[in-house]
Amino acid sequence: MWDYSETVKEHFYNPRNAGAVEEANATGDVGSLSCGDALRLTLKVNPDTEIIEDAGFQTFGCGSAIASSSALTEIIKGLTLDDALKVSNQDIADYLEGLPPEKMHCSVMGREALQAAVANYHGEEWSDDHEEGALICKCFAVDAVLIEDTVRANNLKTVEDVAHYTKAGGGCASCHEGIEEILAKVLAEKGESFDPNAAPMPEIETTPETLAAGATGMTNLQRIRRIETVIDSIRPQLQMDKGDAELVDVIGDSVYLKMTGACSGCQMAAMTLGGIQQRITEELGQFIKVLPDTELPKAQTEG
Amino acid sequence: MKGIYLDNNATTMVDPDVVETMLPYFTEQFGNPSSMHAFGNKVGRALKQARQQVQNLLGAAHDSEIIFTSCGTESDSTAILSALRAQPERNEIITTVVEHPAVLSLSKNLEKEGYKVHYLKVDNKGRLDLDEYKRLLSERVAVVSVMWANNETGTLFPVLEMAELASAAGVMFHTDAVQAVGKVPMNLQDTKIDMLSISGHKLHAPKGIGVLYLRRGVRYRPLLRGGHQERGRRAGTENVASIIALGKACELAREHMEFENTTVADMRDRLEQGILAAVPHSFVTGDPDNRLPNTANIAFEYIEGEAILMLLNKQGIAASSGSACTSGSLEPSHVMRAMDIPYTAAHGSVRFSLSRYNSMEEIEKVIEAVPPIMAQLRKLSPYWDENDPVEDPEKAFAPAYA
Ligand SMILES: Cc1ncc(COP(=O)(O)O)c(C=O)c1O
Repeated sequence: MWDYSETVKEHFYNPRNAGAVEEANATGDVGSLSCGDALRLTLKVNPDTEIIEDAGFQTFGCGSAIASSSALTEIIKGLTLDDALKVSNQDIADYLEGLPPEKMHCSVMGREALQAAVANYHGEEWSDDHEEGALICKCFAVDAVLIEDTVRANNLKTVEDVAHYTKAGGGCASCHEGIEEILAKVLAEKGESFDPNAAPMPEIETTPETLAAGATGMTNLQRIRRIETVIDSIRPQLQMDKGDAELVDVIGDSVYLKMTGACSGCQMAAMTLGGIQQRITEELGQFIKVLPDTELPKAQTEG
Repeated sequence: MKGIYLDNNATTMVDPDVVETMLPYFTEQFGNPSSMHAFGNKVGRALKQARQQVQNLLGAAHDSEIIFTSCGTESDSTAILSALRAQPERNEIITTVVEHPAVLSLSKNLEKEGYKVHYLKVDNKGRLDLDEYKRLLSERVAVVSVMWANNETGTLFPVLEMAELASAAGVMFHTDAVQAVGKVPMNLQDTKIDMLSISGHKLHAPKGIGVLYLRRGVRYRPLLRGGHQERGRRAGTENVASIIALGKACELAREHMEFENTTVADMRDRLEQGILAAVPHSFVTGDPDNRLPNTANIAFEYIEGEAILMLLNKQGIAASSGSACTSGSLEPSHVMRAMDIPYTAAHGSVRFSLSRYNSMEEIEKVIEAVPPIMAQLRKLSPYWDENDPVEDPEKAFAPAYA
């Protein structure tokens, strides 16, 4: 059973704005029947103000598809077309207090229906540019098509590269076999073979894609605060094992911790760091390396 | 509120008698059956009894043909990998497109390792084409693995006949009988089946215990090597309490075989007829003339299975669905696709699977609860208009595909 938020359940059991709007002057039909979701969005737009006066949905889909459709119509009613187009799929997911990673595509479908309806209003044809693949990384909801395209576009060769560019594989690591398979397939097209020991790319170029993939819009200070909150939340567990951890520095995507008490030096330290790394990575939605403070670059410790 | 559990093909309640039988083996009788003292001695005897109880349910010739494993999946893997390792000169496998992932996923992986796997197709009622099968049997085939009963539709495959054909061609035959054992009477000593998989939790024993039946004389290579448990064919200290539980569950299954095939079958039929009569645009999937007595798989057109399950669950009714969404995958159930059920119906397929613990009273409640749920969801569906599907549904609503 999915772990749906109360808001998702509420919108599923009592959907708002179900059915087609009367006197609609914009319709958006999107979806993918093979994956079991399809949505028709109808809008009544005031031709003078371009304000969406009414919105309705008809959905063939699961609980979260129906809830996402309901949320979308609630969000966009009363907005101008321009403002409505600024609504992202994350906005829909946030409105519902989150969706399981496997279900994020339901919110994407909502946004696409809106784009299609607006295009229809302007007498244009909307065509979808993104193809959906099987979900590979469950921590960050990254699908096979996105990974494959990114690997191809950036000449990626290692699992670590993929984690840097797409976040896929940067969390619990269960999907590394799947990522290796994609790498092997793309490399084979170029007559190369996948080498599990290849060195990752030295530097990550900050392309618009990597920016979009990472959690941006956070200042460095905000990031450090978030990291501290995560460490605080794990502290009681560490203290139960008679240890503790202290944040020493954050450089780029490397977080340096000083492990004290029972945690320092013991063979558990590496495991603990791995666990903390996963928590921080999940929390920030960005791949983070957690290292002991002994690994701080020399200049830093001296300076 | 006590729920109505109609998801027994997923897992079953452990029979209270079974629990009572196994409990002493956690505390009073905790010994290791291999030990040379009184603590282990009684446990060894209890294991022997459990082995015979399984033997009796299967109609196996010898109790030593029963190998205890950790689950149905392990039994399937052991059987197929053993056949490949024992006959390195053979590199083909025959199976079907509708197997459980325990076989299908392993087969896909073996393909990557260079084995050739033939997947037998099914028709729109989920039936195999035996001529295709006969053509594929050859001295290159290491093993045939075909399920006895399908977990989604309950459809039975003619495994007895298929085993005869394999034997005549000199090919090993394995069947995943996880769903069939306890519901279909069997007498393995009169068949040509070489290997057969059981899973305890489908017949009122605990989860995490399974059996591989291995006909005496069939060439075999263990998956787990180590100690001499299970005569060296499956190393690892025995899961004693669960083995004893499975033995008891097999004894009870034998006693209830008749009941499953009469009373449970009647409840299933009543459920199916009641729902089909009240819900338009719904139909049974699989082969209604040849299936397990406890399973009904009904496709409800133009609505999606997970949404159906959530509304059923709200009323305390448990079932399962072949929709993509319930599994988090992009495609609806491979079984529905293999039968060429259209997407608009495959996503709305719901499996009701009964057990001897259900009552006719529960069935009547479900028959009453289902129609309004379907009507409620259809009201939201772009394929539906008031009381009927829209005219020419596939054309009236043809979304831009993502
Ligand atoms: C047909 C079939 N084979 C194999 C299995 C796997 O059994 P287990 O869960 O004991 O590994 C199942 C149950 O899920 C099944 O239905």
